[in-house]
Amino acid sequence: MNMKIEKTFDINTLRNDMLRFARLQLRDDHLVEDVVQDAIVAALSGSQQFTGQAEIKTWIFAILRNKIIDVFRERSRHPTCSYSDDNRLDEEEDEFFNKQGFWYKEQRPTEWEHPEATFVADEFWRVFEACLTSLPENTARVFMMREFIGLDVAEICNELRISENNCWTILHRARMRLRSCLEKNWFNNEEPKC
Amino acid sequence: MLTCKQVTRIVSQAQERPLSFMERLKLRLHLMMCKGCRNYNKQMSFIRKTCCRLRGD
Repeated sequence: MNMKIEKTFDINTLRNDMLRFARLQLRDDHLVEDVVQDAIVAALSGSQQFTGQAEIKTWIFAILRNKIIDVFRERSRHPTCSYSDDNRLDEEEDEFFNKQGFWYKEQRPTEWEHPEATFVADEFWRVFEACLTSLPENTARVFMMREFIGLDVAEICNELRISENNCWTILHRARMRLRSCLEKNWFNNEEPKC
Repeated sequence: MLTCKQVTRIVSQAQERPLSFMERLKLRLHLMMCKGCRNYNKQMSFIRKTCCRLRGD
């Protein structure tokens, strides 16, 4: 191992962050351990020079993302479930909107005060993870491919062989549900205003 | 005039593709009048930021 890495590098914290990140996306503890292990080995065996923890984290997460994409690719070759659940969106939206298409009063998004201040609270991350985990698995996978792995919609469509419209719908559903879950379970102190 | 339901779909798509001039116009008009959708719009950016944090950026 590179000496510079050893000196500046808190492997346990980083490994925990990686496990958390991978667990959200793969939902299989053995696979998660393997993927994180592989990513760490790949990162440390490279000849890359690092100047600090932040740089190592960026590098090692880039490797981890690639490992997770490989798993997704493998899975989409042997699909266990279908992504053609497009038509359920209208039904799902009935939970939030009335017949005219406007928010039900109790579903209307309230103002979140200084939301970014919550990044420092461990409890917020637990709630966020719980909300992600509560999404249907396919929905969560598409959302994470977009937001965590950083693929764009065209790439996701290609990987999962779904239409662009279907992909937008799935992402929209994920965001609606996440938002609502965060509001109920974290930012729930205020009454709806408008 | 867009409904809140249509606005939430467009706000989500705005993270994936450039909106047309008409879409932006209609969206702005709706957001001017609807606090609920204004909050929704801000919260979508917040969710994206949150994801960036988690992915180590």
